[in-house]
Amino acid sequence: MNAQTQSSGRFLYTASVILLCAWVIVPLYFLLINTLSSPDTVNSFPKSFVPEFDLGSLQFFAGFAGMLTALKNSILVAGMTMIMSILIGAPAGYALSRFDFPGKGLFRLLILLTRAFPLPLLALPLAVMFIRTGLDDTVFGLALVHTTLAIPFSVLITFSLFSGIPLELEEAAWTLGCTRLTAFTKVVLPLILPGITASAIFAFVISWNEVFAAAVLTIENRTLTAFLLQNLDTSPLHLKFAGGFILVVPALIFIFAVRKYLFAMWGIANR
Amino acid sequence: MNARYLPYLLILPVTLFLCLFFLYPFILVAQQAFSVDGGWSLKNFEDVIGYWKFPISFQNTMLLAAAVVPVQLALALLMATMVNRMKKGRDLILYVWTIPLGISDLAAGIIWLAIFEQSGFLNSMMQAVGAIDRPTNFLSYQNPGIVFLAIALAEIWRATAIMLVILVAGIGLIPKEYYEAAEVFGASPWKRFTRVTLPLLRPSLQTALVLRVILAFEIFAVVAALGGTLFPVLMGETYAYQFDLLNNGAAAAMALIILAISIAFTLIIMRALRVPKGATI
Repeated sequence: MNAQTQSSGRFLYTASVILLCAWVIVPLYFLLINTLSSPDTVNSFPKSFVPEFDLGSLQFFAGFAGMLTALKNSILVAGMTMIMSILIGAPAGYALSRFDFPGKGLFRLLILLTRAFPLPLLALPLAVMFIRTGLDDTVFGLALVHTTLAIPFSVLITFSLFSGIPLELEEAAWTLGCTRLTAFTKVVLPLILPGITASAIFAFVISWNEVFAAAVLTIENRTLTAFLLQNLDTSPLHLKFAGGFILVVPALIFIFAVRKYLFAMWGIANR
Repeated sequence: MNARYLPYLLILPVTLFLCLFFLYPFILVAQQAFSVDGGWSLKNFEDVIGYWKFPISFQNTMLLAAAVVPVQLALALLMATMVNRMKKGRDLILYVWTIPLGISDLAAGIIWLAIFEQSGFLNSMMQAVGAIDRPTNFLSYQNPGIVFLAIALAEIWRATAIMLVILVAGIGLIPKEYYEAAEVFGASPWKRFTRVTLPLLRPSLQTALVLRVILAFEIFAVVAALGGTLFPVLMGETYAYQFDLLNNGAAAAMALIILAISIAFTLIIMRALRVPKGATI
């Protein structure tokens, strides 16, 4: 290999990296332009390729009847999903990483099975079940369904996190007079907390983004995704774009917050 | 606390939760699909499959999956190998490439709507270079090809990241020694990719493909945002049965059909990419 092919190879490599970055960022930039333009500009042609920093579209979004309630519902559902999926999922992740017990294989199968199912479809029968129990059209009912979506991930992620902490650390704590519980809270928990936070954020995003179950299970108390979906046919363009933008922003922040854990989580959850 | 019972106590909440909200609704949906007026019947399935929109929505879903998933796999493999040999700026590039991971399908549909709608950026660009005088309405029934392309692009844009993350994590698990050995024996970069990376990446490829293919059959919101009723898909029809037609039985039957397709493809992928017995990294 001579110097010329090597340098042209490097050029090709750098160019493709930049191209692929642009592929991700440019569509997001277009959405940003539309969000930060006045409603008239959004509906006009041709489009300018720089935003005019007009908050008209966002104001229209905030003033649109029911939109802020939908936003609040989205946050509530995602918050509940986050808490429930960690509280329910993390103990199982700990059990999988620390114990060998009869039935472990079956339990792992159950968890993996849920990943192989189109879970939002389960919202259909749950709609009937919720009407019977009074959970229909409530934020909590939807959070339960979203927790079902998030739980396989929270179990597998916490399993991989706990597996990363040597059992010897816990054993050392036991010999120094800790019980199983205090060894857990004093030694394991501080080490695991950032990872737990990351997987909680992951659960939040799963719920925040979910469309189908949210649209099926809520009528009055729509979440943001369900509200936008329901009004897709009738709402003006600037409302769609502002809504899309509001949907994207938390995702950007959250992915940034968990980026360190993204790969470690998937690497071990794979096996 | 007796250590023998502790693990069972710890997995109890998840097990109960999944029984109540996963297994039980699954049984309910099956019951609903197979019964009409309280009796056992296949009528729901006959109705659903006999409806004129079923073949077209089935075909659309399949075509979309067939067009999108291979491109995503190739793109994710390319990105993962590029990241792997990166020294400077790896974290930043990975962050940018994984951004779509957090973006919902509905938002992705809206983002690509900004490009393809009549007063959108594609028309603006084409006018700027003088290719057109007046904006064309790409997303109409006259342009079924462009509607398909827009939906496929939005899906590729959004969901390649999940495969990328799984593959990057998988490549990270392959010991560097294998590459060094291959290099010593004079293997070219391409040979190293096909003979070392790909075979050792099999478990990750399996996970990534299963996850992606199942999600591809569930495509719904991207289509709703970009194609509306122009491009019927299975999940959209399910939603329509439940909401517009208020036919729970038919919706349940559709759900089971989507489920059956998902399971069939999961089994095919698992079988095609199975890891030989006893082979570990």
